[in-house]
Amino acid sequence: MEFVDEGFLLAARGHGENHAVAEIFTASHGRWAGLVYGGQGTKMRPLLQQGNRLRATWKGRIADSLGHFALELEEPVAAAHLYDRLALTGLAAACAVAAAALPEREAHPGVYDALRIVIDHLDAPDIWPALLARWELGLLAAIGFGLTLDRCAATGARDDLVYVSPKSAQAVSAAAGEPYSDRLLRLPPFLRGGASLDGASVEEAIDALTLTGYFVETRVFHPSDRTLPDSRMRLVDLLKARVLKPQNENG
Amino acid sequence: MASSNIGPELQRMIDLLAKLPGLGPRSAKRAALHLLNRRDPLMRPLAYAIAEAADKVQACATCGNLDSINPCAVCADPARDRSVICIVESVGDLWAMERAGAHRGTYHVLGGLLSPLDGVGPDDLKIGKLVARASEEGVTEVILALATTVDGQTTAHYVADQLLGKDVSITQLSQGVPVGGELDYLDEGTIAAAMRSRRPT
Repeated sequence: MEFVDEGFLLAARGHGENHAVAEIFTASHGRWAGLVYGGQGTKMRPLLQQGNRLRATWKGRIADSLGHFALELEEPVAAAHLYDRLALTGLAAACAVAAAALPEREAHPGVYDALRIVIDHLDAPDIWPALLARWELGLLAAIGFGLTLDRCAATGARDDLVYVSPKSAQAVSAAAGEPYSDRLLRLPPFLRGGASLDGASVEEAIDALTLTGYFVETRVFHPSDRTLPDSRMRLVDLLKARVLKPQNENG
Repeated sequence: MASSNIGPELQRMIDLLAKLPGLGPRSAKRAALHLLNRRDPLMRPLAYAIAEAADKVQACATCGNLDSINPCAVCADPARDRSVICIVESVGDLWAMERAGAHRGTYHVLGGLLSPLDGVGPDDLKIGKLVARASEEGVTEVILALATTVDGQTTAHYVADQLLGKDVSITQLSQGVPVGGELDYLDEGTIAAAMRSRRPT
């Protein structure tokens, strides 16, 4: 069995003294793991950095085997953002969430394309945090944990939806949610179906990432007794620090 | 591959040698044979050297370097510039910096990199001690000499965040084309990074 595909490297761990097992989110084969010969060597290490876009040729004797990857670099995503702590944290967070949430060997081309859009915008810090939140929302829907954000859980109203209930994963309108506002998650306008990303502020992006982070953690990480990855938590902290000190671009 | 015809002492030695990096059962057997054929010139001195190193070599209480004295030779050297601390991942990296002879200050060995995949968090590294050292009188600069990998730079950013507010300047090794490097043979990531950190000439 053999295929050629492009994908983002999610994780690579050493295997034996010289090799590595790489996990790649491929465009049309989903999250796929394979052995990389010499993966700990000087030649392969720069390729096996989180977030890099690779051209991967996977070969296995039978479909069930771990198989091995032959890899070529398509785009050095990690190297491009190595010195920008916000972008690097975002990249690591997206990879960690994708690695934990995506089922192995199940194609999710929509999630892949959306991730590509997030990664392509990593040098635009005003846009990508909102894109990342939207991507996480789409990822949750793709793996069966979609949120209902187009009508109120209490009244059925379709307007003025500003909260999300952490219990039912449904939107709640301003009027119905007011008494419980401290227990509800805030829903920024751009996360509601079809609403534009234009003019989304950093505060709204933080709200959005807190919202999606809550559902990613409770739906994806809690069942296996884990918490959100460090990078994902630090991302929100870094964004909050940015609100306090907007001048400090590089931190 | 049953090898019942080998004595237990020899077998034990081969098993232990096979645990060394780069050696497998076969090469461990070769090494054992080589040692046994050179008992006096090599085997006994080696055994003695290993036993002595195991007794005496320890991690420096200040910087984490390995040496038979504590504080280590680098920390004890009066000629060293105590105002500059260079942060490295491992003792191997410290040795590499010393080989280059480009740093005349002191070091701090972190003992690893932050790596969520391997379960290494901030508490597993010697970051708290570094913050205490950086707050000491007379320290003016902290140099982050960590790997240019995602884990290395994540650690560098984290350490820099921890040192925020201290009266020290935080610098980082530059990145670019290696000495003797030809562009044609460089990976795209290095070229991209070198391009971004280009300088007027």
